[in-house]
Amino acid sequence: MTSTTQAVAAAPLPPAAPRRDESSASWRLTDRLGLAFAWFLGVLFCVITAAIVLYLFVQGIRYLRPSLLVTNPTAGYSESQTGGFFDPLLDTVVIAVMSMAIAVPVGIAIAVWLSEFGRPAVLARVVESTIEMLAGTPSILLALFGTLLFEAPWLGFLSRTSGDVVFGRSFFAAAAMLSLLALPLVVSSVREGLQAIPSHVREASYAVGKTKSTTTRRVLLPAARPSVLTGSMLGLGRVIGDTAIVVLLLGNTLTNDPSGSVPILSALRGTGSTLTSYVYYNAPTGDGDQPGKAYAAAFVLLLMVLALNVGVDVVGRRGGELRWNS
Amino acid sequence: MEFLTPPPIRRLNGTESEVSKPTWQDAIGHPNGNGTSNGNSNGNGPRGSMFAGTRHRVTPATIAIDRMQVEALSVDYGRKRAVDSVSFPIRQGEVLALIGPSGCGKTTLLRSLNRLTELTKTASSQGRITLDGVDIATLEPTALRRRVTMVFQQPNPFPMSVFDNVAYVLREQASRRPKKRALQGAVEEALGRAGLLDEVRADLDHPALRLSGGQQQRLCIARALAANPEVLLLDEPCSALDPRSTQVIEELIVKLREDVAVVIVTHNLQQAFRVADYVAFMYLGELVEYASAPQLFSAPREQRTKDYVSGAFG
Repeated sequence: MTSTTQAVAAAPLPPAAPRRDESSASWRLTDRLGLAFAWFLGVLFCVITAAIVLYLFVQGIRYLRPSLLVTNPTAGYSESQTGGFFDPLLDTVVIAVMSMAIAVPVGIAIAVWLSEFGRPAVLARVVESTIEMLAGTPSILLALFGTLLFEAPWLGFLSRTSGDVVFGRSFFAAAAMLSLLALPLVVSSVREGLQAIPSHVREASYAVGKTKSTTTRRVLLPAARPSVLTGSMLGLGRVIGDTAIVVLLLGNTLTNDPSGSVPILSALRGTGSTLTSYVYYNAPTGDGDQPGKAYAAAFVLLLMVLALNVGVDVVGRRGGELRWNS
Repeated sequence: MEFLTPPPIRRLNGTESEVSKPTWQDAIGHPNGNGTSNGNSNGNGPRGSMFAGTRHRVTPATIAIDRMQVEALSVDYGRKRAVDSVSFPIRQGEVLALIGPSGCGKTTLLRSLNRLTELTKTASSQGRITLDGVDIATLEPTALRRRVTMVFQQPNPFPMSVFDNVAYVLREQASRRPKKRALQGAVEEALGRAGLLDEVRADLDHPALRLSGGQQQRLCIARALAANPEVLLLDEPCSALDPRSTQVIEELIVKLREDVAVVIVTHNLQQAFRVADYVAFMYLGELVEYASAPQLFSAPREQRTKDYVSGAFG
């Protein structure tokens, strides 16, 4: 036994192939020009992005005051009188939570069905292309559809009503349509995560007498958790960054305007605004035209999105640590 | 009989051009063991010295209880016949090795034994397999698969702790009960049977995927044993492992044969020789020869078996 181990350990390793750094010096001129062009475009793209971020940082730091985060927008004649954006900031969080509460469970369910069951195949293909189509739909179209949908009398309980007229703008309406934006991202990410699990892992669970649904719940979804998180964060980024749906469906009142008397429900049936619609309103081209406020709010929004991106990165990297050989 | 002759097995090391024939006579004192016609260099090359000494044939089985009976089993994938009218018994107390070239139906046959073939949409099968006298087609697949568990080629622990990997099998479907503490004993017993307990006792809560490849595979064996099966199926369990881990698992297989009927698919003839009591040689879906290991390796009845075990094709 010992001799066996030693014999194996002593076996000489094959000599490593000499690694050369490939130089483009020997390439044809067109190839070298192409490479230079691609390189230039890559750098250009980075510079443009960096410029935007840097500009917003500079402006943001210039205009952002802590007081802006805790005061509400008020009417006034100059920027010093119009208050901060506490309500938009709060509403951004509320809307994000509500949208993800719809998009994540539904997205996981669809992804599991597509990846693990997918019968009947025709229906699976239809669902698949519907999701793809949804991913490519401009959010303003969803917003427009939402205004029609939520003005329907039988959905009156979700928004403000006066007599028979349903206003159709509320947190419920906006969150429902925003969740459709996040849904395709969640579905595709979770699906990829599930499909990356080798089939022998599923079979190993079947081979100890577990059913398909047990396997999905106890083995596959836990294994795909990094993908679930990544998809959720990408979706969340999409939700908090969207403007069109918020402007059309959240009522676009700068402060919260509840409807009804039930404590939380009234707020959610009412209207408000998020950071994006606040920026939209206060941009130099908007109705408010208070660029200082717009920059400050945009800076906060940017920080949130950047934090999400870092989160996606961290989760993605950690998820790659422990894997099977396929 | 004529058949295609694929290129001979390529040796990775050693000077032999053929599969080394282990020394029967030394190992189990089989006097008439050298019945083959082709002269093999034996025990001289590095391969020979590796296996002839301490790694010899196991002692013959002491008990043999019929567990499963395969009767005229045929499996088709669409129009392609993968297994063609195969019959043989599977006994507790003996290790059965399925050998044969790639694509000969070994794995399909193995997967038929716990009805995993049913997961392949195009697969269909005829014939009968019984487990303790009961046709397995009449059993619930989930119940059958707890009695006939399987270990795969790639180590595939679930992405949870070492403890939970085994506890998962002990619990009813997706249930979280019984609680951890109640399962401690059963989990440790399963890990102990797989010879892994001493190595992981302190790390039961660590992720199973952090174990080494050989430990992962033994965890998979522990998992398969936790269901307390009557039959254990092993699909090339060592092909992804280093020689040391392979040896540990081979010793484990031999130890297990008393409690559970073991069927192992292997590409490795030496491995079949080392662990198996009975060997089934398959070729193109047919069961060419089913015989005790000494018989099949030293005095095969069929020319095709003779050619295969002496390395003429692989």
